[in-house]
Amino acid sequence: MNINNDFLLKVDDLKTYFPIKKGLLRRTVGFVKAVDGVSFAIKPAQTFGLVGESGCGKTTVARSILRLIPATAGKVVFDNADVLSLHGQQLRQLRSHISLIFQDPLGSLNPRMTVGNIVGEPIKVHKKITGPGLTERVRLILSKVGLSPDSIDLYPHEFSGGQRQRIGIARALALEPKLVVCDEPVSALDVSIQSQILNLLKDLQEEFSLTYLFIAHDLAVVQFSCDIVAVMYMGKIVEQAPVNELFNNPLHPYTVALMSAIPRIKAPNRPDRRTLKGEVPADLSTTGCYFNPRCPFAKEACRTQTPPLVPVPDRPDHYLACCKY
Amino acid sequence: MKNDSALLIVKGLHVSFFTEKGIAHAVQDVGFSVKKGQTFALVGESGCGKSVTALSIMRLIPEPPGKIEAGEILFRDRNLLALPEYQMRAIRGNHIAMIFQEPMTSLNPVYTIGEQIIEAIQLHQKKTEEQAWELAIETLQKVGIPEPRQRISEYPHQMSGGMRQRVMIAMAISCKPEMLIADEPTTALDVTIQAQILDLLDELQRQSQMSILLITHDLGIVEERASDVAVMYASKIAELAGCKDLFEKPFHPYTQGLLKSMPHLGFTEKRLNTIPGIVPDPLHFPSGCKFHPRCYLGCNDKRCRTIEPELREVALERKVACWYAPGYEKPDDPKL
Repeated sequence: MNINNDFLLKVDDLKTYFPIKKGLLRRTVGFVKAVDGVSFAIKPAQTFGLVGESGCGKTTVARSILRLIPATAGKVVFDNADVLSLHGQQLRQLRSHISLIFQDPLGSLNPRMTVGNIVGEPIKVHKKITGPGLTERVRLILSKVGLSPDSIDLYPHEFSGGQRQRIGIARALALEPKLVVCDEPVSALDVSIQSQILNLLKDLQEEFSLTYLFIAHDLAVVQFSCDIVAVMYMGKIVEQAPVNELFNNPLHPYTVALMSAIPRIKAPNRPDRRTLKGEVPADLSTTGCYFNPRCPFAKEACRTQTPPLVPVPDRPDHYLACCKY
Repeated sequence: MKNDSALLIVKGLHVSFFTEKGIAHAVQDVGFSVKKGQTFALVGESGCGKSVTALSIMRLIPEPPGKIEAGEILFRDRNLLALPEYQMRAIRGNHIAMIFQEPMTSLNPVYTIGEQIIEAIQLHQKKTEEQAWELAIETLQKVGIPEPRQRISEYPHQMSGGMRQRVMIAMAISCKPEMLIADEPTTALDVTIQAQILDLLDELQRQSQMSILLITHDLGIVEERASDVAVMYASKIAELAGCKDLFEKPFHPYTQGLLKSMPHLGFTEKRLNTIPGIVPDPLHFPSGCKFHPRCYLGCNDKRCRTIEPELREVALERKVACWYAPGYEKPDDPKL
């Protein structure tokens, strides 16, 4: 990897465990390892994708970076600041540099606030701008995301799903953040609206040279939007590569299965469907590689050794955690 | 194909909802037929009327505010809309079964899955408790639930999303229906689980020659699994065709737009094609062709703005509702 200060965000061996409490005294009997040693780094103006199925820990990674969930261990460096040790004023400042776009556009907008207040509040809090100056800024941001500046006095319920997502994007951009975490930004939207929002995110990235941490479960969306993609399974990154490399040359059996599982239109060279057996195990008794109970290639070694994420020989920037290779 | 192989024929279905804000015409003049042993897909975006169509077939539209205003639903040549409720009950679940999108909210949390499956079996078949229990276990096995003898006594919350959907399918097929309506059966599931569930439905269809009416918004699923497809837009069918034809050469601009706007693997363009605008509100449909404000062909055409095209047969087994589709007369004067 390159030198440290090339990166806007660097996550090193991040672990977020949730305690399992049982019994009368709520004693901790174990941990759910939602994020279990995740490392990656994002360069400025890049889009880094985290893909995986529900419960794989991709949202927990994002929330730990934002300090919305306390991380158990690890290091997060954002813009040369050690995020996990910040507090008070510094933490507030951090949050004006990183913003979030949520999956459910209606659930994440306060129904009692007008669009002007929703988008304007972060500006009021962080930049101390009020009055006509504030209104002007909000109107400008609204027009940037493709909403009419005159919709400033409307309430979220007066918009369609796609427009609500645009409000969410406007709010995220209000403070001119450096990093925007997009947590499943289009999965709640209809197909024809999905493409509008994906294009908008790309346009905004170009205009404001934004950096995205893009979380999604839809590989096609990820392929369109991201520069580098990391595939997560049960709290670990199992494979990471630049987008074209990953999609042309997936190596991890889970990545391959995930790609072949997508129903797709007119795939010119559709790989054979490899339907995975079983599900993500709910108990925590799996040893070795977490994927081994579902893996078609599992050998004895897979049940005992946990493979680390290592560079693939002769494949620049391609990382893999699998005993098969 | 000949008409006599059709198990279910929907003709001129019209469903409205009478709300405080006005009348919403949720389904207008929808007609299609589902052949025996085949999968027919209804595709469209939210609010286009695909679920209302499915609920009408089951006669489950809440009345009021809803009302089936016109149409016929012929199931094995019997018009379901004319049946008295007690006869409809004998059909529902027994001959036509339905599975829903959200397996958690469709299962009763306070009964074990066994109790819920057995209720359906005993309602329609003369079976003792023990026989029904055995049949339930057998069905759970068929849908791929491991250790059915133990899991039959579990509650829905003890199962994962994929397993719950399998339980829903088990319940639906326990009475060996001729037809299964699957309303977004995999939308709430992860892709690897989605593939498992769709494979399961294929397998069950092969075994029992069951017809499936698949309702989905995912064109990828349609191309893989369906033989015929109807694309719905704003309460009407915009295009109806064999699956292969539709994906090879879509006629309706909406279908074309949908196919182009989906990101798919292997896609290398920098921008996605979009359909401008939003799905119209069923209380305020635009005049003329309902798609014209979003259409690259019709937005400036007076005919598209004023006269709604009817669904016409433009080729063998292909129907389209668009003034620009082949088979429609060309306007004498483009500036009409």
